[in-house]
Amino acid sequence: MEAMTEITGYARPNGTFGVRNHVLVLATVSCVTGVIQRIAREVPEAVCVPHAWGCGRGGPRDVQVLLRVLSGMVHHPNVGAVVLIGLGCEVSNTRTLAAMIGDAGKPLEILNVQEDGGSLATARKGAAAARRLLEQIGVQRRVPMPWNRVLAGMECGGSDAMSGVTANVAIGAVADWLVAQGATVIFGENTEMIGTAHVLARRAKNDRVAKQIEQMVDRAERLTQDLMGDMASLVISPGNMDGGMSTIAEKAMGSICKGGTTTINQVVDYGEAPTERGLILQDGPGYDGDSMTGLAVSGAQLMFFSTGRGTPAGFPGVPVIKVASNSRVCAAMPDDMDVNAGALVEGKPRETLRDEMIDLMMRVINGEPTQAERHGMDVFSFMTVHPPF
Amino acid sequence: MKPNLLIIHPHDNVAVALCAIGAGETAVAQGIEGLTAVSDIPASHKIALEDIAAGQEIVKYGEIVAVSTHAIKKGEWVHTHNLESKRWKR
Repeated sequence: MEAMTEITGYARPNGTFGVRNHVLVLATVSCVTGVIQRIAREVPEAVCVPHAWGCGRGGPRDVQVLLRVLSGMVHHPNVGAVVLIGLGCEVSNTRTLAAMIGDAGKPLEILNVQEDGGSLATARKGAAAARRLLEQIGVQRRVPMPWNRVLAGMECGGSDAMSGVTANVAIGAVADWLVAQGATVIFGENTEMIGTAHVLARRAKNDRVAKQIEQMVDRAERLTQDLMGDMASLVISPGNMDGGMSTIAEKAMGSICKGGTTTINQVVDYGEAPTERGLILQDGPGYDGDSMTGLAVSGAQLMFFSTGRGTPAGFPGVPVIKVASNSRVCAAMPDDMDVNAGALVEGKPRETLRDEMIDLMMRVINGEPTQAERHGMDVFSFMTVHPPF
Repeated sequence: MKPNLLIIHPHDNVAVALCAIGAGETAVAQGIEGLTAVSDIPASHKIALEDIAAGQEIVKYGEIVAVSTHAIKKGEWVHTHNLESKRWKR
């Protein structure tokens, strides 16, 4: 299939393209959650993101991830303008963040509850700022967007026995097509790679990337054993086996096939932006919300998300195309699924499904909302490695 | 006849049953015809596309996912009773 249809996006000063043009209202810390929620009620057009972090985790890795995620949300290409709502005394305070987002090249307004008159006054000012920014960026227009500026994240969650047979295979075919167009595809979930380090390493661009893959999967395996002890073998569970998966390698292949079959050009850290194109692996966790945040903060403008049991999860400001592995979940959760890969079971040819998914992806890039976008099913959480103190 | 099997990769020596297939029933996939199931294959489980010798690699997704522990006949159910993990016991 030729890339006949033109795709469009919002050209950002740093050379990236957004497939949406949102005003993001972002909390720096959990303490201001209520303020964000008030703004969300007053300005529903804004993408309002409260969260449970921002303070209380002092380890260097957690602080690194916290600042990378919050500044990455501000930098995200789908975000045209930002209202940052801080408290004043948190670790990820607006002064620290300001130094990291000064180069974002988009309108930015900063408020702090402790300095801006408390919660109600801050919510009022924040809502006014969001409305002002919506008007300001509303004049920006879509322009033709080259495929080599597309970064697509691939995710799976709430999997069933068919996820690795229908949905992930279908997503993998789209991934291969995207890479052939010059686009970039990224997927993470290192715990889902256990048992396939040798497969992934063989597909690495060079020895250095191969070594990084092996180290990443080794770490994931050791962490799983440390945390779960004798239960580590349950990474492949009796339920998985009832579903026909015989070995951990087979289960993992069912997951990693969503990245397609092309050369792996780079391994990036959680939330780190790739500097290569083509297929990229992310060293991130398997938990859906945390994983999607890592992919988004790496710059993914859209995601494919396969599910067999069914999850409504989307991501703030990023279209998430939900691919059902079976027709049953499509019927059971009709407002949550965008694609039925279960149609393969009913005889739909694989190439037809792939082409339909590519066509839908183009429409989504050009502005058609996904189910999760339409219904506001945003999930936002991110990885931490230590307990709070 | 509508396909009741999916071959994920052309190098695979097993296919996935898209629905339960009973012993003696015909299994059909895009590109293959005339395979008869010689044992019951539960839905989403694997069926051998060719005779597989004991100790031979089981290939799915175009990759080695296991090694057979017994000789497996074409059309037979392939699962934990006749294969093992190459690196792990699971």
